[in-house]
Amino acid sequence: MAQTPANTRANSPAKTLAEKLWAQHTVTELDGGATLLYIDRVFLHERTGSIALKGLEAAGRKVREPGQVFCTMDHIVDTFPGRGDETRMPGGKDFIVTTRKAARAAGIHLFDIGDLNQGIVHVVSPEQGIALPGVTLVCPDSHTGTVGALGALAWGIGSTEAEHAMATKTLAVNPQKQMRVRFTGQLPFGVTAKDMVLALIGRHGAAGGVGYIVEFAGPAVEALEIEARFTLCNMAIEFGAFTGLIAPDEKTFSYVEGRPFAPKGAQWDAALAHWRELRSDADAQFDQEIVIDAASIAPQITWGTSPQHEIAVDGMIPDPAAETDTNRRKAMERALTYMDLDAGRPLAGTPIDAAFIGSCTNSRLSDLRAAAEVLRGRHVAEGIKAICVPGSSRVKAAAEAEGLDRVFTQAGFEWRESGCSMCFFAGGESFGRDERVITSTNRNFENRQGPGTRSHLASPTSVAASAIMGAITDVRTLARKDA
Amino acid sequence: MEPFTTHSGIAAPLIRINIDTDAIIPSREMKRVSKEGLGEGMFANWRYSDVATREENPDFVLNQAPFRQATILLTGVNFGCGSSREHAVWALKDFGIRAIIAPSFGSIFYGNCVRNGILPIRLAEDTVARLAELHEKTPEAKLAIDLPAQRVQDAQGGDWSFEIAAADKEMLLEGLDQIAMTLKHDDKIRAFMAGDRETRPWIYAQAQCHMN
Ligand code: SF4
Repeated sequence: MAQTPANTRANSPAKTLAEKLWAQHTVTELDGGATLLYIDRVFLHERTGSIALKGLEAAGRKVREPGQVFCTMDHIVDTFPGRGDETRMPGGKDFIVTTRKAARAAGIHLFDIGDLNQGIVHVVSPEQGIALPGVTLVCPDSHTGTVGALGALAWGIGSTEAEHAMATKTLAVNPQKQMRVRFTGQLPFGVTAKDMVLALIGRHGAAGGVGYIVEFAGPAVEALEIEARFTLCNMAIEFGAFTGLIAPDEKTFSYVEGRPFAPKGAQWDAALAHWRELRSDADAQFDQEIVIDAASIAPQITWGTSPQHEIAVDGMIPDPAAETDTNRRKAMERALTYMDLDAGRPLAGTPIDAAFIGSCTNSRLSDLRAAAEVLRGRHVAEGIKAICVPGSSRVKAAAEAEGLDRVFTQAGFEWRESGCSMCFFAGGESFGRDERVITSTNRNFENRQGPGTRSHLASPTSVAASAIMGAITDVRTLARKDA
Repeated sequence: MEPFTTHSGIAAPLIRINIDTDAIIPSREMKRVSKEGLGEGMFANWRYSDVATREENPDFVLNQAPFRQATILLTGVNFGCGSSREHAVWALKDFGIRAIIAPSFGSIFYGNCVRNGILPIRLAEDTVARLAELHEKTPEAKLAIDLPAQRVQDAQGGDWSFEIAAADKEMLLEGLDQIAMTLKHDDKIRAFMAGDRETRPWIYAQAQCHMN
C-alpha cells in the first residue's frame, strides 16, 4: 500500500524497472519518505475529470502544461448508434457538457463524442501514442495501470490528486514495494491473458498485490502480443497492486511506432535508445516473487463477487465451510447468496441471461477478432441478451473494416458505439435484477453491472462460447483448432 | 480542508472484507458534478431496502441508534478497493465520518482520505475485531483517536498505536492544501523540467506539435 515505507533495496546497485522509472522521474525526496515524482501526462474522463478541472478553476489555478493533458468521453456516454450528448444516466448530460466546457477553457486535448479518436481512456491512451514506454501517466481512474504494459509507470489517482498533477506537473507518492510475477512455460490452447491474471488473483487473493508495483515477466508474458499485455496489467488493479508493468521489447516498439503522439524522426531514434534500457537488472531484488506455470492454467471464471472468487471453468464452486478465515468465509457465503449458486457444484452449465464483451480489459481489436472466431457461423442461444462494445471508435472502425461487426450481429450480438457502457452501472442502462451475465470486464462486485445483477468475469472467447450455449461454457469445447 | 488532531466519537462496526468504492457510493448516486451532498447516497445499496424511495433497511448498522451518529468506521481488510472515485470519500465525509479503522485500505482510497481530512488508521485484524465486538456490545461507548500521538483508545482502557507516513500526518494535522505545499519546491520542478527537456525531448515536442 502507498503508505507502507519500503526501501529495503535502496542500497543495491541493481534496480528493478519500476525503480528505474521512479528514479528518472524524481524531482526531489520529500520529508517523511514520499517522493515528488514528475508526471509526464495526465488523462481525464468526463466522470471524474470534470470535477478536477472545475476544482482547479475554483481555486484560481491553471493547468501547467495543457499540451500534456488529455480527456476523453467514455464513462457515461450512450453507446447506442447515433448518440449525442443525451445519455440514459440521469444528470449524465451535465457531466458531458461541463467536461467539454472545462476542457476547452483549459486548452487540453479532448477526444469528444463523434471524434474518431474517442474511446475508453485506457484504450485510447496507447492507441494514440500518449502512453509510451518510460513515461509517467496518471488518470483519475483505477485501471490506469493498464498502459504499464508498454513499460510506463501509470497509476490511478483521485480527483484531488489530478488537480495537483495538472497544477504542478508532479505528485507526492509514497514508496512502493516491488513484486515480480513470472509466468513460465506456455499457455495452453484456448487460454488467454485474462485467464492468466484471474488465476493469479484466485491463487493469491484480491489483496495479494496491495502495496506493490507488480512487474509481469517470464516467457509466457513475452509471448503475449501487446494488446493481451494490456489485459494483464489492467487486472493488476484487481490484484490490489499500486500498478502493473511489463518491460518494453521489440513488440512494444513496433506497436508504438507511427502512432499520432509517438516520437518521430530523430526523436524516435533517441527515444528508442532510451527505451531499450528500460528493464529490470538481471540481479535486481524484488520484495516478493510469484511464479506461475502458464501450462497449469485453464480458462477461468468467477463464481462470486470478488475477482478472487474464481475457479477453472471445469472446476467446482468452493465450499465456504472449508475456509478457515472467518471473514473470508462470510464473504464467500454472502457471495454465494448474492450469486444464487450452491457450493460444491460445477459452475459450467449454469444458465445465463446475458453476455457482454467490452471494457478496458478486453475490447481491443484482437479481443473482438478472437470472440468473432468463436461466433462465426453460430448464433447466441435463444433469449440471451448479447452486447459487444468496442473499446474505442478506432477499434470499432477497424473491426468494421474487416467485417467483424457482421459476424457479431449475425450471431445475435448488438454492435455498439465505443464507451465503458455496461462495465458499470451509473444509473442509466443496465442488466436486470437477478440477471446472470458473463462478461469480459474486470469487476464482479455486487451491483456493478446493474442493481442485483450477477456478473461472471471471463475472457472474451469464454463469453462468446457461453453466449452461444446459453450457459457457462468451457470455450475449449467450442473453439476451432483449425480456424 | 478541516484539520484532524484528536477526535472522540461513536464507532460503527461494519466488518466485511474488500468493501469497494462502488459499495460505498454506487455510481448512480453520483448525480452532479459536485463534491457536496453525497452522504445520502453512501452505502445506498445496503442502507436502503428501496433505493428509489429511500426506505431504510433496519438491519444495516448505520440505520441503528446510536450508530447513525457514528463518526468512526470499524471495517475489514482492503476497505475502499476498486474504483478511484473520490466521491466515496466525499460521501463518507458528508455523512460525518472522520476516521476509518481497518487492517488495510485500497491505495487510491487511502490517499483520497488523507486529502479530504479523513484519517485512515491501519490496525491489526484481531484488534479491529476486538474493537468491533466492544462497540457492538456497548454502542454508546466512544472511541478516542489522537493523531499527534498516533494512538487509538477505547472506553475500557485498550490502547493501540498506529503508523502513518509523516507527510500524510502533516497534511491531516495542518489541514493543508497539498498544491501549495508542493509549489514550495517549484524551483526544483522547473530545474527538473529544464534538464528533462534535454534528456527526453520527445516528451515535450510531440504533445505540443499536436496542439494545433
Ligand atoms: S471500461 Fe469499466 S473498468 Fe474500464 S475505465 Fe471504463 S468503467 Fe472503468
